[in-house]
Amino acid sequence: MRYLPHTEHDRRSMLAAIGAASVDDLYRDVPVAARLEDHVDLPAHQGELAVERTIAALAAKNRPAGSMASFLGAGAYRHHVPASVDHLIQRGEFLTSYTPYQPEVTQGTLQMLFEFQTQVALISGMDVANASMYDGATAAAEAVMMANRITKRTKSILSGGLHPHYREVIETYGRWSGFSAKAAMPDAAGVEDLAGQIDADTSCVVVQNPSVFGHVRDHAALAAAAQKAGALLIVVVTEAVSLGLLKPPGEMGADIFVGEGQSIGNALNFGGPYVGLFATRDKYVRQMPGRLTGETVDADGRRGWVLTLSTREQHIRREKATSNICTNSGLCALAFCIHLSLLGEDGFTRLAEINHAHAVQLAEKLGGVKGISVVNDSFFNEFALTLPEPASPLVERLVGKGVLAGVPAARLWPDKPDLANHLIVAATETNTEADMDLFARALAEVL
Amino acid sequence: MDKSQGRIAREDAAPTAEIATASGHRGLQMEEKLIFEQGEPGRTGVDLPDLPKVADRLNGLKRQRAIGLPGLSEPQVVRHFTRLSQKNYAIDSGLYPLGSCTMKHNPRLNEKMARLPGLADIHPLQPVSTVQGALELMDQLAHWLKTLTGMPAVALTPGAGAHGEFCGMIAIRAALDAKGQQARKRVLVPESAHGTNPATAAACGFTVDAIPADDRGRVDVAAFKAKLGPDVAAIMLTNPNTCGLFEPDIVEIARALHEAGGYFYCDGANFNAIAGRVRPADLGIDAMHINLHKTFSTPHGGGGPGSGPVVFSEALAPYVPLPYVVHDKGGFRLVETKEGKVEPFGRLKAFHGQMGMFVRALTYMLSHGADGIRQASEDAVLNANYLLARLRDVMTPAFDGPCMHECLFDDAFLKDSGVSTLDFAKALIDEGFHPMTMYFPLVVHGALLIEPTESETKASLDEFVTSLRSLASRARQGEAAAFHAAPRLTPRRRLDETRAARQPVLRWKPTSTTRQAAE
Repeated sequence: MRYLPHTEHDRRSMLAAIGAASVDDLYRDVPVAARLEDHVDLPAHQGELAVERTIAALAAKNRPAGSMASFLGAGAYRHHVPASVDHLIQRGEFLTSYTPYQPEVTQGTLQMLFEFQTQVALISGMDVANASMYDGATAAAEAVMMANRITKRTKSILSGGLHPHYREVIETYGRWSGFSAKAAMPDAAGVEDLAGQIDADTSCVVVQNPSVFGHVRDHAALAAAAQKAGALLIVVVTEAVSLGLLKPPGEMGADIFVGEGQSIGNALNFGGPYVGLFATRDKYVRQMPGRLTGETVDADGRRGWVLTLSTREQHIRREKATSNICTNSGLCALAFCIHLSLLGEDGFTRLAEINHAHAVQLAEKLGGVKGISVVNDSFFNEFALTLPEPASPLVERLVGKGVLAGVPAARLWPDKPDLANHLIVAATETNTEADMDLFARALAEVL
Repeated sequence: MDKSQGRIAREDAAPTAEIATASGHRGLQMEEKLIFEQGEPGRTGVDLPDLPKVADRLNGLKRQRAIGLPGLSEPQVVRHFTRLSQKNYAIDSGLYPLGSCTMKHNPRLNEKMARLPGLADIHPLQPVSTVQGALELMDQLAHWLKTLTGMPAVALTPGAGAHGEFCGMIAIRAALDAKGQQARKRVLVPESAHGTNPATAAACGFTVDAIPADDRGRVDVAAFKAKLGPDVAAIMLTNPNTCGLFEPDIVEIARALHEAGGYFYCDGANFNAIAGRVRPADLGIDAMHINLHKTFSTPHGGGGPGSGPVVFSEALAPYVPLPYVVHDKGGFRLVETKEGKVEPFGRLKAFHGQMGMFVRALTYMLSHGADGIRQASEDAVLNANYLLARLRDVMTPAFDGPCMHECLFDDAFLKDSGVSTLDFAKALIDEGFHPMTMYFPLVVHGALLIEPTESETKASLDEFVTSLRSLASRARQGEAAAFHAAPRLTPRRRLDETRAARQPVLRWKPTSTTRQAAE
């Protein structure tokens, strides 16, 4: 067994040093009835070659997005990840290191997290960010719970433009943690106004920008209305690349920004692992969930970094912690940090501009197909279409033409038949004009 | 070495810490500025496609101000992160005995498999007909987890161990509610538990009632039974526990708890000690999360991502999160809404779980097989007991008897030496090792929790023992000052954590000079 270094001789000599006759002696506290004498009913160990064959055979049963013209978004986006990102995150010193509890031997991870926190704060226009959450949806639920702590209220209002998975996660946390989450109807047209629903019991309003249907809206007035009522505005961004081009949540008056950082540095991975972004105002920092890296000095007065403000956290505060989170998404945050470092101000802005331009081109091409209309006036790199028939079977038919045509709204709202003909499509820098033409042609053919 | 007739100068007199260089670098130890201090406007590390000319559709919401990101070329970025990586200790560089965190070898085949385009480059919302292999892989992983634990159901979606605890405790709440037992609100949590256990119970609306450990480092069964009552919802018990000991009364604990109407949540963080030798189902457990990065070697990456699947007993099997995979006539599919007899309690995470971690864990499982998984558990236990045996005369084991996969010492061996557990751990850094877990579990004074894992050779363990014995001896010989000064051979010496917390600096901010340069 290639991963287990002991020879039988080693094992015998170690048992002798321990004074045990066999390894069974070491398991003597296990109740007799619970001891397995034989191996469990699973296959025996295999070499790399055999394992690789098995896993590759499973992989071969999937059709990678990159093998087709793909226009899928709705919370996960296919972007080009520079080669150096994946190379650097596989350095063993990053890959095989633990949470940086011992700062003297983890300055690399800590400095990276400090840079990551700074990047997230800068692109979101917020004061301070944490060292990441599991994903955007759990970050959104944690944001609502943070707003509840700050306002000492328990009623949240969820926009109809919020990704349904995010809404469902907030609802799950709410149902079992004891807060209410009132979700507005799906806002396919991008016209909802939630200000009128805010009252003296409202803890927070959660909006998404661009919305799950792609609409781009200024939430400054909503922020003002919420804050006037003593509530907080939480702005969710599921497409982090949009922050390269759009007015950031901080400038809209958001109290908490949460986002999905997958778009920057991370592959699609069938939905995970991704990286939740979380940022807020300075005044709320002690109510934040998750790890925070801070600057300090060492015994010689040299600048260095440590995990800090841990009295918020479960390992110190136990049942009084701001969150139960422990492990977060460190390595995905590293990928994000490296990719955004490569992009820089110019590259990030340019990348966002290309995404937007491709989406504008796609909207023009698809809008020209008979029977199709583009729902949105505004969008970043994603928008909704209405089709003359249900979107789900159509999308299946388009697979046969080499097109992953987008996410049928029915996949996200299976209980809303009025959305059955809606299709959410995204374009990124990875889509060529030929891809878009293929999509428009294929769509015209199958309709 | 030096020219002092081949003798090596005594370490505490060695001048390494005082050597000054013009650059600030010290040989392979490079000083590295923040990316924000290295950037130049107009520089970039990517060459992007052409920008088509279009009229924008941004609703007047185009960003007006600069973001403030630095511009760096690819060589700068590669060097920067390479230098940062070199300031980290990692399991690839040496023994990483961080008890309770299980830093075992991360096979590179796992990384290769997770990057196959057929697994890495699939979108979570592709038509299920195009992702049959991904769903089959999840189904296979579920099969392995169920077989290894003997449990009939598993939820794959939790994002990490603590998220798995949340999942399991919600399932328990849901099952109790379904029986009309809303009044069961009290959760018993041993004092030795991970902090996530009480934090999770509280997040699910339970009250936390601590149960004490006995003088053997186990749950005090009498105290536990005295706490049972009609308001008890569950126990959250780690087994093997955080003292590195198997709870010998676990079957009796489960029996008494079930008789009293409570559910048994097991924190499976230490499953790596018993996988292949003991099935949690045979211990009476109702729910248990498994940290894939601990038992099944997915990399911890400096703080995640994790993955925390939860196995369930028959009693809790109907109460699972969405979505889950089923296999029927049409092939594999994802169930994303209520279906059949299942009473899903909601969604825990966007999409379907940490697929990238599933691939790595299944690769590990196939590589080890039933025999290798059992052998890995045994070797992990053997290694911990070997350390315990080799150190028990110079350090003080917290409890008698053999341990499981980690061995626990208290700080009695440092008594009156002027050396604290922290000092001892920091001195270990200068010896070239990552410190053990310190001051946890809380039930042992000045705890030092050492988990070598199965990945270490006997020679590596012997080297570690030599360092620990030397440090223990130096502590006894009155070298406290040297311990207080440790570590001295690292890129940074002890960091001022109090200052970091009192005057939080949580991000870089431009100074007036850098701001002008950017504008």
